[in-house]
Amino acid sequence: MFAVQMQGIVKRFGGLVANDGIDFELKVGEIHALLGENGAGKTTLMRILYGLYTPDEGEILIGGKPVRIHSPRDAIRAGIGMVTQHFTLVPTLTVAENITLGESGSLLDLQQIETKVEALSGRLGIPVKAGTPVGQLSVGEQQRVEILKALARHARVLILDEPTAVLVPQEVQALFEVLDRLRREGISVVFISHKLHEVMTVCDRVTVLRDGRAVGTVEKSQTTPSELARLMVGRETFGVHRQGERPSTGVLLRVEGLNVKSRKGAVGLHHLSFEVQAGEVLGVAGVSGNGQAELGEVLSGMLQPESGRIWVGTQEVTGASPAELTRAGVGRIPEDRHASLVGELSVADNLVLDQLEHFSRHGVLDRNAVRRNAERLIAEYQIKALPETPIRTLSGGNMQKVLLARSLSRNPLVVIASQPTRGLDVGATDYVRGRLLEQRARGAAVLLISEDLDEIFALADRIAVLFEGKLMGILNTREATVEQIGLMMAGTPLKRSSVKEADRG
Amino acid sequence: MEIFLVGWVAATLRVATPLIFGTLGELFSERSGVLNLGIEGTMFLGAFIGFTVASKSGSLWLGFFTAVLVGMLSGWLMALLAVRLGVNQHVAGLGMTLLWTGFSLFGFRLIFGEPKVPPSITPFQSLSILPDSTFLGPVINQHGLTYVAFLLIPLTGWVLHRTRFGLNVRAVGENPEAADAAGLDVYQIRTLALMIGGGLMAGGGAFLSLAQLGAFTYGIVAGRGWVCIALIIFANWRAVGVLWGALIFGGVAALQLRLQTMGLQLPYELFLALPYLVTILALIIAGRNASAPAALLKAYRRE
Repeated sequence: MFAVQMQGIVKRFGGLVANDGIDFELKVGEIHALLGENGAGKTTLMRILYGLYTPDEGEILIGGKPVRIHSPRDAIRAGIGMVTQHFTLVPTLTVAENITLGESGSLLDLQQIETKVEALSGRLGIPVKAGTPVGQLSVGEQQRVEILKALARHARVLILDEPTAVLVPQEVQALFEVLDRLRREGISVVFISHKLHEVMTVCDRVTVLRDGRAVGTVEKSQTTPSELARLMVGRETFGVHRQGERPSTGVLLRVEGLNVKSRKGAVGLHHLSFEVQAGEVLGVAGVSGNGQAELGEVLSGMLQPESGRIWVGTQEVTGASPAELTRAGVGRIPEDRHASLVGELSVADNLVLDQLEHFSRHGVLDRNAVRRNAERLIAEYQIKALPETPIRTLSGGNMQKVLLARSLSRNPLVVIASQPTRGLDVGATDYVRGRLLEQRARGAAVLLISEDLDEIFALADRIAVLFEGKLMGILNTREATVEQIGLMMAGTPLKRSSVKEADRG
Repeated sequence: MEIFLVGWVAATLRVATPLIFGTLGELFSERSGVLNLGIEGTMFLGAFIGFTVASKSGSLWLGFFTAVLVGMLSGWLMALLAVRLGVNQHVAGLGMTLLWTGFSLFGFRLIFGEPKVPPSITPFQSLSILPDSTFLGPVINQHGLTYVAFLLIPLTGWVLHRTRFGLNVRAVGENPEAADAAGLDVYQIRTLALMIGGGLMAGGGAFLSLAQLGAFTYGIVAGRGWVCIALIIFANWRAVGVLWGALIFGGVAALQLRLQTMGLQLPYELFLALPYLVTILALIIAGRNASAPAALLKAYRRE
């Protein structure tokens, strides 16, 4: 019995074929993983099923009957619900208002709706507070609201797009329990992910996508993580890891008692103190929105601290401008790469944008020097572009390479990398991580701010955890466990005793 | 002193009336995510249509309702530009104001020519609930439309917060992607909100020509539409706030008229500027904590 059958789905975006004749079948009451790298076409396929995209070719059958889905409204009517990566909730509305949004009727009986929502959440074991504005809920709670919203509209098929990307490990566990309960209610779940261990934990069957094609559907019981990995990337193993420990050779970045005022809708930073040694990667972990962006901005000179001091080497740089920090030896790989490059300017121009004084004489640009610099860096960093190519036409991976080339070619003392691999495919991710480890081997101090725990564990010598702008503690990576980091990400400060236990273990 | 106070309060309510119409109209538009800078022109259009229809048909109410209807069409046109076609809202809105200002002046000259004495009608008379001689008479005996305006404030709050339509309007103004994903028609909801908004704006304009003045002149709206844009921020996009905003502006405007007649040795332009200065001041104080609908100014496009 199939809940959904998608046959020969083709979707093109301009010259790019996102889905290239994909067949996908979802059984009633199963949890079915859609596994694949970024850009493999998983999300596109499910956006088609949910009516957000119209397929160029192919057919969709619901319960064996062919259907046309032109909009989410059609999908909802056909019993399909989707929880996207970016929640489609209205932050200023309450949980109940969000859930009832889109239903028919003329008057809004909030009390009755809240009662209904609470009854449903009780039956499905998904606790929510019906009268609270959604903007005040944690990310995990917002996700539960999304799931309830779909189920309140009698969805029999629930699509979850990378649902664990925004959750701490404990919330992931809670989500898996919810999914298990839904399966017992006979609801089919599509679980989009690129994380093998999650797929192996929670799913019944797995369909692997690669480059817009379905390369295989397997029963979980008849496969192994390494087989899935091979299907997914076309090779057995992948990943970049730091090698060996380095002896401490002095502190290159020191932060003492850093306070940053909270801005509207964001946390501040409270009494942050830490050091990064030469030849060390300090990873900063945390759930999105717990002060990582603020920390990156303060250390780049984009945001002024309220109090506290910052040193680079022996030089105090508290309150320095971005240009002064660059001169002091700070190289940064900013969180928003689109905001750090000028899309209409060429690769060559972008590569010298923050050091024009070295490429001009009497205020006139030396175009030849700019071009030579670009040719050298394009070769060295394997950027797939010409010096005169406009930045906006580059892929995310190549943009990131331009940023790496710009800041790392100056051999900075301190590297501030914010979410350096977000949105990149596996190849580009490995490349960026390798470059960061090169900086570590060269003796730079690297501060790696990342929401990807795997990345932190792979690269960092020590892990600092931020929660609501406060430091929950710093652990040596070889002593740290995912569970412990997860607890700290959820706001439990590190206790001295637990470090000792970890030491003994 | 008492007579001064009573007169002042009565005038305040009268001056506030078109502002309430206009600001509530803008509230519907902006809560749905569209800044309608066509408000100044739509009020002007409302004043023109209301006056013309009333003077040709002899019915003030027919004039008023025609103006509201035409205002809704103006809202529909704004929706066509800013919602369906995704034109920049500033450009579309200013374009609407220029269009309706020119259209109204041209139409007025076509219909009435260029008479020496501007045409006029007998405007709406104040209701007589209490005899004018009683103490509160001048305050209570307002135009029917003034009562309508003040009743529209709680009605608008109720519509926005207690009906599905209002919930939909708030949702498309905050997060149209979410509304779309919930199966709502973002374009349709924004179009309806703009049409209601346009109707209210034109109603405010019609009040000026049909109740306050009994004539149509070039300076009849005199920037009231822009004041409404400011009042929305002062009101923090809430219906109740519209009440206080309109009363403060109306109060100062009514006060400056009285100050002018008190024979103070100051240039009269200073008094005329007073309500606007107070508006700026109020904006500085109240505007700092204001939070606009998150999707305001953003045309919605499905990927």
